[in-house]
Amino acid sequence: MNSKSIDIEASAGKILKVREHPNQNEGLIFEKSAPGKRGMELPPLDVPAVDPVKALGSEFTRDAIEGFPEVSEIEVIRHFTRLSTWNYAIDLGMYPLGSCTMKYNPRVNEFVARLDGLATEHPEQPAEVSQGCLRILYDLQKCLLSITGMDAATLQPVAGAQGELTGLLMIRAYLQSQGNPRKTVLIPDSAHGTNPASVVIAGYEVKNIKSNARGQIDTDHLREFCTEDVAALMLTNPSTLGVFEERIAEIAAILHERGALLYMDGANMNALAGVTRPGDFGVDVMHLNLHKTFSTPHGGGGPGAGPVLVKRILEPFLPVPVVLQKEDGKFALDFNRPKSVGRVRAYCGNFGVLLRALAYTLAYGPGMRQATEDAVLNSNYIRKKLEDVFDLPYSLPSMHEVVFSDARQKKHGVNTMDIAKRLIDYGFHPYTTAFPLIVPGAMMIEPTESESKEECDFFIEAMRSIAAEAETNPELVKTAPHSTRVGRLDEVAAARKPILRWKP
Amino acid sequence: MRYLPKSPSERQEMLETIGARSIEELFQSIPEKFRLRAPLTLPGPLSEAEIIQYFQARAAENSRGYTSFLGAGVYSHLRSVVTDSLIQRGEFLTSYTPYQAEFAQGTLTAIFEFQTLMCQLTGQEVANASMYDGSTALTEAVLMAERLTGRHRVLVARSVHPEYRHVLQTYAKNLGIEIEEVGYTESGQLDRAALKQESLAQAAAIVVQSPNFFGVIEELPAMAEIAHAAGSLLVTSIAEAVSLGIVRPPAEADIVAMEGQSFGIPPSYGGPYVGVIATRDKYVRQMPGRLAGQTTDAEGRRGFVLTLATREQHIRREKATSNICTNEALYALAATIHLCLLGKEGLREQALQNLAKARFAQAELENIPGVRRVFSGPSFNEFVLEFPRSVKMVNADLLREKIIGPFALGIHYPELTKRALVCVTETTPRVEIERLSAAIKRILERPV
Amino acid sequence: MYPKDYRYTKEHEWVKVDGSNGTVGITDYAQHELGDVVFVEMPKVGTQLKPRQSFGTIESVKAVSEIFSPVSGEVTETNPALADSPEMINKDPHGAAWLIKVRLADPKEAAGLMDAAAYEAYIAEKAKEHSA
Repeated sequence: MNSKSIDIEASAGKILKVREHPNQNEGLIFEKSAPGKRGMELPPLDVPAVDPVKALGSEFTRDAIEGFPEVSEIEVIRHFTRLSTWNYAIDLGMYPLGSCTMKYNPRVNEFVARLDGLATEHPEQPAEVSQGCLRILYDLQKCLLSITGMDAATLQPVAGAQGELTGLLMIRAYLQSQGNPRKTVLIPDSAHGTNPASVVIAGYEVKNIKSNARGQIDTDHLREFCTEDVAALMLTNPSTLGVFEERIAEIAAILHERGALLYMDGANMNALAGVTRPGDFGVDVMHLNLHKTFSTPHGGGGPGAGPVLVKRILEPFLPVPVVLQKEDGKFALDFNRPKSVGRVRAYCGNFGVLLRALAYTLAYGPGMRQATEDAVLNSNYIRKKLEDVFDLPYSLPSMHEVVFSDARQKKHGVNTMDIAKRLIDYGFHPYTTAFPLIVPGAMMIEPTESESKEECDFFIEAMRSIAAEAETNPELVKTAPHSTRVGRLDEVAAARKPILRWKP
Repeated sequence: MRYLPKSPSERQEMLETIGARSIEELFQSIPEKFRLRAPLTLPGPLSEAEIIQYFQARAAENSRGYTSFLGAGVYSHLRSVVTDSLIQRGEFLTSYTPYQAEFAQGTLTAIFEFQTLMCQLTGQEVANASMYDGSTALTEAVLMAERLTGRHRVLVARSVHPEYRHVLQTYAKNLGIEIEEVGYTESGQLDRAALKQESLAQAAAIVVQSPNFFGVIEELPAMAEIAHAAGSLLVTSIAEAVSLGIVRPPAEADIVAMEGQSFGIPPSYGGPYVGVIATRDKYVRQMPGRLAGQTTDAEGRRGFVLTLATREQHIRREKATSNICTNEALYALAATIHLCLLGKEGLREQALQNLAKARFAQAELENIPGVRRVFSGPSFNEFVLEFPRSVKMVNADLLREKIIGPFALGIHYPELTKRALVCVTETTPRVEIERLSAAIKRILERPV
Repeated sequence: MYPKDYRYTKEHEWVKVDGSNGTVGITDYAQHELGDVVFVEMPKVGTQLKPRQSFGTIESVKAVSEIFSPVSGEVTETNPALADSPEMINKDPHGAAWLIKVRLADPKEAAGLMDAAAYEAYIAEKAKEHSA
């Protein structure tokens, strides 16, 4: 069936399966549809029925939707359960995607998010009957401020990228109130792609600044670049190399001296919580990714939440509404904020995500530091156990993640993507490939605190085994994965002639 | 701590392997003066039971036991336990964005099904893998129209959800996009006479919502004609997606921006929900957000991948179509499962029930002396009433009777004080509609 | 490999001059660097170009590259076949997969660009840098 399969048994020993899957043949839901089937029934109508054509006019009505599925409940259950078996998940094992912080998603968070009285609440209902929701928001704000050392918060942004935009809009509004919004935002070359994209939407120009040979911000370079036109520096700390900016105080001072602000992308806060606070080392505005550090589930790509935390000077510019506690102890939403940047999303943001983040924070309390320590311990352990087989382009101390490169394996024609795909056969999700951009052939590994020593050891063993395979049997690695329902997919064909929907 | 899988001796062993004397050593790159000496001031740690207690106490401080007549962009509809149990499978719940396609075929296949359903519902040719919500989807749709036309002005109906418009304003402010608002007529529909030719000639798009914020269905084919004649696009927002079970789809629109909360997603005090952008095939390269596409592996098996990624921020950086990164995949999945359960018949039946209940409620309430219907245009499950006194006062009295009254329009429309937007769905029992009607009657009979 | 009658830029475009008309494409070296081309974004006919002005983009699965004009002039035609068959750029970059035709503002302008021999030396130097 598959000519590439012959070597697999001999080489890996334990990987016997070649693309057999218990649910190999599941098709699309539309292909199961037949007229007259349904998977959900409604209670009978308790008022007189209405003829839609009479009520609305034929020009405003439609017939039944062509091609819409008609399937029974059991078919829906089987279909989506089968699909689910084609996914990898944190619940199955280590998910070492660098910069993504794929940690355990506590189940109690899912339970409380679905409580009657929380999941059921309407965002426009009066404050008198929303005290519980408002207090959850207020309590979470207090926790996040305490963890970051900042002064004020908005929970409205629903993703890291939206948090970035919100923070930048506040910087613009603040500088405008000082007389000049300025023109550019500095971004290091190691930054996430969302940073420059957000800067543009905030109406600023991007200026890239190069990292030095150690992967850190070059402060001389910064001094030179930080002109009167610069509104802010957007910095990820620890950087995407997993390295703390040792000269962070100097960086903040250079910016502040010239009236510019320091924005911190908090994507990597999992390395810092309980150990150090951005508010203490000069950060003026930052966002957190609650779907990373605060354990809310990724759900295959969202939802997330990207609260923004600011220093006092930026507080007047927070989006509306702001959650506050009144003198009588009651909670309320404050809309009367004339200097506000406006609103980045309807209502109060992703309440259901915010609530889970609070549940996570309450579970740890001050013990959150232990989670940070374990995350840093795991990444350093993996680094130590792999640094003799993989190239380490930057040798500064690692925090929560470690970035290797494929330089040694490339000599055998095996690149970072091949190694990543081969990891799948060993039962692990790939690490992050090809990022950060400053490392050619990057292999970015973030284990998080959720991995036991045993799981880390399995991962290390898998990586070492693949490194050996790259020398002895590179073809095996280059054609991986061999254990999934489908092999490597033709992305070129997908992009040249896009098929983006099912058609009968 | 129950979430941490390491014993003290394992930690010690790992430190020794690394060659560090203490955990402190691993944090040496953080300047000494910035390292915290004292523990964080946080409540907790709490056990699982205590966490549940805390949230149950909060739930009790909310609106349990109240009947609500609020819609205004967020709707209470039937949900099946099947949806919730399927989206809680760890393989969906705890997986990442499906960049490693071979290991994420479950999520990718479901997204492909979602895109298909959204096309079928909206009458459009292509839909993305989801946006944050309806408000941000509308904003992204407007930015897309700007890119497609090269024009920088948009004509936005005042009957578009006020919070959606507010989000649009926040984004547009620094991008040089001019927003011109267009009023409504006595029917509650966009005032076509107010569309000035000189504005239209410079407009990237006419932006409407249907059913609009007043619950009134807009005449989209006529609007599309006006837009296209002026070389601009029609962008249509949909906040109440269940309407698509019986209401004519916005097939003439160039870009549809939809809120999918009505499809099996709980109100949850404002989110998470799921936004959608749907459009014509020819505009796909200007569409923001992730897209799943069909392809094959080397042996010809069908599979799905994220495609046309060059539009996105991680490749194009400052030249990307949008800064959107995460989408709302789990709730796109919920909407997909919900729509599969409901199916062709079910969605139509649900929409018909909404229409019937709203007509019943409207007739009941219009019967109250002093109460009258405001707009004459066709409506789905929401309608606007005028009261002889302040909505705020009426609602305060209703709250005492455990009824959350209709949405007071005066907050967003100064000219519409004493007007309220009533929403009734299939989940509102007839007796509760009758209870509302009786309560309002009583309240209005009472002297002020 | 590289046609003798074409002229080449450092950004890896070529131009073939035919009287007052020019044909512009990307070089074999460029298509190789890009990998499988999936989409080409073309300028409108009538667009006025200056040397080194970006007139479109070429996309592979995971990268976008701008294409720069080697000469000044007005776009008179874009290659209609590339919309449906972008893979032609990988197969025949110097022939069938031309990108645009230009009415040249100055037919002598292209003489200032590299000839085939100079371009080959230039990319050989590039290749050395890469392996270093």
